[in-house]
Amino acid sequence: MTSLLKVEGLKKAFGGVVALRDARFELDAGTVHALCGGNGAGKSTFLSILMGIYRRDAGKIWRNGREVEFNSPAEALASGIAIIEQELSPIPQMTVAENIFLGREPAGRFGGVNFRKMNAAAQAILDDLGFAIPATRRMYSLSVAQMQLVEIAKALSHDAEVIFMDEPTSAIGHREAHQLFSVVRRLRERGRGIVYVSHRLSEIFDVADRYTVLRDGAYVGSGSLAEVDRASLIRMIVGREISEEYAKINTPTEEEGLSVVGLTSPGKIDDISFTVRKGEIFGIYGLMGSGRTEIFDCLFGLDRPSKGEVKLFGERLSVATPAAAIAHGIALVTEDRKLSGLYLNDSIRRNLSMATMRDLSPHFVVNAAREAKASCEAIERFQIRVGRDVDPVASLSGGNQQKVVLGKWFLTNPRVLLLDEPTRGVDVGAKREISRIVGDFAAAGGTVAMISSEVDELLGIADRIMVMRDGRSVETLDRTQATAEKLVHLSV
Amino acid sequence: MLDNPSIAKSQQATASATLKGIAREYGIYLAFVILVVALSFANKYFLTQSNISNVLLQTSINGVLAFGMTFVIITGGIDLSVGSVLALAGIVSASFATNSPQATVAGGPYPVFVALTAGVLVGVASGAIIGPIVARFNVPAFVATLGMLSAARGLTLIYAGGRPVPALTPQYRWIGNGNVFGVPAPVVIFAAIFLVSWFVLARTRFGRYVYAVGGNARAAKTSGINVVRVRIAVYVISGGFAGVAGMLLAARTGSALTQAGIGYELDAIAAVVIGGISLSGGVGRMTGALIGALIIGVMNNGLDLMGIESYYQQVLKGMLIVGAVMLDQRRNLGG
Repeated sequence: MTSLLKVEGLKKAFGGVVALRDARFELDAGTVHALCGGNGAGKSTFLSILMGIYRRDAGKIWRNGREVEFNSPAEALASGIAIIEQELSPIPQMTVAENIFLGREPAGRFGGVNFRKMNAAAQAILDDLGFAIPATRRMYSLSVAQMQLVEIAKALSHDAEVIFMDEPTSAIGHREAHQLFSVVRRLRERGRGIVYVSHRLSEIFDVADRYTVLRDGAYVGSGSLAEVDRASLIRMIVGREISEEYAKINTPTEEEGLSVVGLTSPGKIDDISFTVRKGEIFGIYGLMGSGRTEIFDCLFGLDRPSKGEVKLFGERLSVATPAAAIAHGIALVTEDRKLSGLYLNDSIRRNLSMATMRDLSPHFVVNAAREAKASCEAIERFQIRVGRDVDPVASLSGGNQQKVVLGKWFLTNPRVLLLDEPTRGVDVGAKREISRIVGDFAAAGGTVAMISSEVDELLGIADRIMVMRDGRSVETLDRTQATAEKLVHLSV
Repeated sequence: MLDNPSIAKSQQATASATLKGIAREYGIYLAFVILVVALSFANKYFLTQSNISNVLLQTSINGVLAFGMTFVIITGGIDLSVGSVLALAGIVSASFATNSPQATVAGGPYPVFVALTAGVLVGVASGAIIGPIVARFNVPAFVATLGMLSAARGLTLIYAGGRPVPALTPQYRWIGNGNVFGVPAPVVIFAAIFLVSWFVLARTRFGRYVYAVGGNARAAKTSGINVVRVRIAVYVISGGFAGVAGMLLAARTGSALTQAGIGYELDAIAAVVIGGISLSGGVGRMTGALIGALIIGVMNNGLDLMGIESYYQQVLKGMLIVGAVMLDQRRNLGG
């Protein structure tokens, strides 16, 4: 039987930087194939070549046994390859149906669009997939998760035989993810080939049949997921032995660090109470929209709670602005580093110094020497892999960008660390380093509250885990009682 | 470390990226030098001292407006009101320094520093009105300053009763026509404002905040920066500079006109854009605005010298603005 898609010896370099040196891949009909690799392993370049966005430098691609070359995304699509991209690109003012049929609207009379036919066709696709989304809704009125589902419907509406999914669950909650997995399984039954790209190993083991690992742009290995365990897969991805995925180094003290009583912000969070001790990592788990981020907004002066009391080391605290929060020794690593963490077109050094400008340069004029020194220290301490610290921060990989955000906040000498999804979209190696940084901070007596959607991460490093649902805290579990099933069960 | 081939390669890549960076950074300066060399060959009068002084004089007003505009544009805003604010500040300031009994403020003419203070205050006040509208009430800068463009022009006409303010005192006129060691006074002011603006933008904490707000306002806010205050400040600076430009113009012509500065905002924006300062904010340097203003001034002057009609100058300026940004975009894509 010929495979749906076969790739051999794929090479691609950008200027002097080699992104792919020898990528190999083979996809059979009716399988879900996980494409694994750390950040910078060459996955995105690989996808971009197969989608006809980049031209390859060398290598061969076969589609159903015929050698092919794609010069544009349209050609790839025409040969039955569709992609669901990580970054969504909907047109918010248009309806779901208009988005699905963008660029190939069914023709109506006088050269117009046959809206009735289009809406019916779009609804048929959505219903077939089991997505409860009306085709005539405007895109902007949907949740991020629903938009992701529409994006999936759009890719499938091309009747593609090969479907790439690039981190499809990075922006959606647990329930939507399960809906997505059931769609993936149905597609597999229909004989499609699905290439599933994700950093989340538990998802890969959950949904995929086979795997291929890329590292540093080259093929490392492939095989059946039934014949490989988690540890050996991680070993292939990072290229070295990792004894434990998450290292637990801190032990909580009895001293009270951050305490919150009855925190309420109408429509967002309702009556939230918890206490984080010094030296403790306090995990917060919940779906997107469950009010997790909103707690941090209230604590950091980005939102004003209508009720509630916040105490820091036993003293009552009132924080109206982020500047006041920083002055009290609170640091907030926000959920989306591109949206609210970094100035992408500015240098690494300037990004690192942004929250400490006042300390580094107490006078009106910037103290360039002190700024450079602080930047060097942060880079060394967190082992941020940079060429020069005056290069743009956008030139770094996701994991290193995240370490820049952490470095920025550690320069403020925080006493309390609020982390909102600190390891989203970073590879296994960087994830481990970040959890080590956080663990060290807690072990040195720091107070940490950490939001995460990744159950494994919370179970790995948190001392206690509070579960959020619909703006309320449902239950707080000790690390000895917490299991993945319990967390998920409580959150939905 | 160097024996690792991939690191050596990436260092090579960094080196070539640096070369690209230099080309990107200094391309506009190169263009300026080429323009000057070409014009000096085309016309022997071009590089004479009196013509250079003339070019700088012609550039000074647009330059001062462009420096203020640079602060605003780097925060991601825009200031369309500068032409009208220039006229209002010019008229108000002149009314404190005129010998004409019909146009003067009661008790005038006042000493020149009173007139100058009045002019700067008018500009600052207009910025202090626009700033909060943009920063606190989230009205798009384009709309808020478009409103001020109309309102300030109207206030100019109301204040002066539709008539110009003539017969300015000799001390006031000196600002526009005097010399400091052979350098025209407006050029000295232009240079001083450039140096201060450059220093503030490149070397001070406030300058960093300006970039941060334009680069990513949400990140700036979470980093503890008072985004609202920074955004108000840039409109105040731009307004203040427009006030200075208004007085320079009035002092040079010897009387303040109600129709002064119409369309000047577009020349200031053109200078900023030619200087490689991105309209989407967060990127650019004060030297870019300086070169942009000089390129426009040199081009107008050179075409004048060659006897080319001003109609053609407008067409060429339009092509220059679009061309400069097109080159920028290509470089960004290639880099």
